[in-house]
Amino acid sequence: MVIHVNGEQRELSNDIQTVSDLLNHFELANKKIIVELNANIVDSSQHEEITVQDGDRVELVHFVGGG
Amino acid sequence: MQERYSRQILFDGIGEEGQQNLQKKHVLIVGAGALGTGNAEILTRAGVGRITIVDRDYVEVSNLQRQQLYTEHDANDRIPKSVAAQKRLREINPDVEVDGKIMDVTVEEIDQLVSNVDLIIDATDNFDIRFLINDVAQKHRIPWIYGGCVSSYGLSFTILPGETPCLNCLLETIPLGGATCDTVGVIAPAVQMVVAYQSAEAMKILVEDFEAVRRKLVSFDLWKNEQSAIDVSRLKKEGCPSCGTSQTYPYLSYENQTKTAVLCGRNTVQIRPPKKVNRDLNALVTQLENQGGAIEQNPFLVSYQSEDRRVVFFKDGRVLIHGMKDIVEAKKIYHQLLG
Ligand SMILES: [Zn+2]
Repeated sequence: MVIHVNGEQRELSNDIQTVSDLLNHFELANKKIIVELNANIVDSSQHEEITVQDGDRVELVHFVGGG
Repeated sequence: MQERYSRQILFDGIGEEGQQNLQKKHVLIVGAGALGTGNAEILTRAGVGRITIVDRDYVEVSNLQRQQLYTEHDANDRIPKSVAAQKRLREINPDVEVDGKIMDVTVEEIDQLVSNVDLIIDATDNFDIRFLINDVAQKHRIPWIYGGCVSSYGLSFTILPGETPCLNCLLETIPLGGATCDTVGVIAPAVQMVVAYQSAEAMKILVEDFEAVRRKLVSFDLWKNEQSAIDVSRLKKEGCPSCGTSQTYPYLSYENQTKTAVLCGRNTVQIRPPKKVNRDLNALVTQLENQGGAIEQNPFLVSYQSEDRRVVFFKDGRVLIHGMKDIVEAKKIYHQLLG
């Protein structure tokens, strides 16, 4: 499936079904992160339930400490 | 007389009135590393009335790739960052009242530090201090601008008390661990991008054009060619202890403070005595001479090298122990040298 991640088109395996899978794929699972799916923020408690579909637009913003 | 600022006065968003506003404002920049030096230089050139810049560290050669106010001399002489920054900023624009402070900002000094401040720019390297800034900004209703970067990635968010969500709303707890410039490095363009976001937001706030303030959380990755902006207003929480309806400012309570810290990018542990001291550096040198090893001294600090270990003692009592991240081991060395 193809989804848009932070404005870039990404071809992803169909094994990726949920927001959690997506975060694992991008190695963001252990980070403090805000996920927006098709312009709606996804509650962090729902990452394992909410699924991603072909054509979705996802924004992933994780917090970093460096400066 | 305003020739120096003519190009930004011509700019619609600022104009004569905006410039006059800028010149009346006081900005506190917490941290004089990559983000701190970038923001400080832009705001100094822009003619902000007063800039206070604080930092606990001194210049090292590994800073020079991205910390734009420093030179090799500063690194060789181990000049405290706030001292080197102040000197350079005053050379750039003597109109601006620049005050560099050598200081590890904690709950003890932050209230005083923010008095008469119109805006706080976060240029720190850890979330302990950011949660402190977040609470003190809410308490005194001062806008502040978060910024962070590692590798080719960065993000920024502007926090307006009473209006936007605060950092505690967005994060709920202080993030532990995570990538730092220590582990994955950082490139200067990522720093400059965050600086651009932060300093543009700073200008909007200082000229009092609050409508122009970006309300979104922005992030980018310059290597992966990604960018993102998320409307996070929905994350503002009524029950937030920092900005909600009954504020307790949890991070301003003394129990929540860390006394030791591993410094980002330095493989170094800082130890801070429980009470402020004014260390007698000459007496310290005499004491260290008995232990063997190489000693260097400048008016602000003493550096002591023994075998592969370097320990730096600041006048304000803080000690940096280089070459380790183990706080327990660092404390041992601290007590070995100072008793
Ligand atoms: Zn809040």
